[in-house]
Amino acid sequence: MKTAVIVFPGSNCDRDLAVALHEITGTAPAMVWHRDTELPDGLDLIALPGGFSYGDYLRSGAMAARSPIMAAVVAAANDGRAILGVCNGFQVLTETGLLPGALMRNAGLDFVCRDVALSVANSQTAFSARYDAGETIRIPVAHHDGNYAADDATLDRLEGEGRVVFRYAEPVNGSARDIAGIVNDAGNVLGMMPHPERLIDTAQGGTDGRRLFEGLMAALA
Amino acid sequence: MRFDLPEAVTATRPRTMKARVIVTLKSGVLDPQGRAIGNALAGLGFAGVNEVRQGKLIELDLADGTTAADVEAMCKALLANPVIENYRIELA
Repeated sequence: MKTAVIVFPGSNCDRDLAVALHEITGTAPAMVWHRDTELPDGLDLIALPGGFSYGDYLRSGAMAARSPIMAAVVAAANDGRAILGVCNGFQVLTETGLLPGALMRNAGLDFVCRDVALSVANSQTAFSARYDAGETIRIPVAHHDGNYAADDATLDRLEGEGRVVFRYAEPVNGSARDIAGIVNDAGNVLGMMPHPERLIDTAQGGTDGRRLFEGLMAALA
Repeated sequence: MRFDLPEAVTATRPRTMKARVIVTLKSGVLDPQGRAIGNALAGLGFAGVNEVRQGKLIELDLADGTTAADVEAMCKALLANPVIENYRIELA
């Protein structure tokens, strides 16, 4: 499986994602600088990492979403390529319009950095195929702006179409309808606030995140 | 005493225009920061505030020839997120 990680100035979890992708796919991902305008050929998965990008000026992910590389990422998404946005990557995906809604300041105003319980709301996506529907998993979050917001019509549509993939199973950030991760209409773009790449090895305290990548690999291979 | 610049000077001086873009959260969008400010005001004894909403003011110093339509395009492309925010432009 051929993967790429987009590297923005200020991101730090690009390396965590690279380690996870290398470990699980057996091949090191291409690290693509945000000022580049072209992606390598033949990618199966493009990952947008977490960690602050550009200090999150204006709004979280606003600057990153206007980086030169993002036009190529949007084109790849529209072409059906798998895109995974984690944390800040999720914020970037909403800012580009690839995913609906926006991620606002946590309702409690605190930066939340801990393991949280998630329930798998849809196990029929390429990203969640290795989980059971309704299963509770544990994945860390680390964010200040993870409070998912969208109008009621959008929320109803997301739920009605099974596009809510992960929900918080405990109070975390005030997200509308406890949304932690959603897919786009076509199902090839996932954004989620929790960090699956941080739990891929028992040495990290668990492997609940690993199954996301394993499921993707099976789906895309 | 009033002193008028010679016409040749005023004609060549670039006209500068400023735009103020006021970005506010749409009604119905929760504003936890505004609420925290409201709580702080109440804590200081200011009892007369029902609700606080926090927004952004972005001032643009425009180059000659930049139009209101250009500023509108900037708002749509970057300065405001239409999913959660409204914006208003004041030109001066």
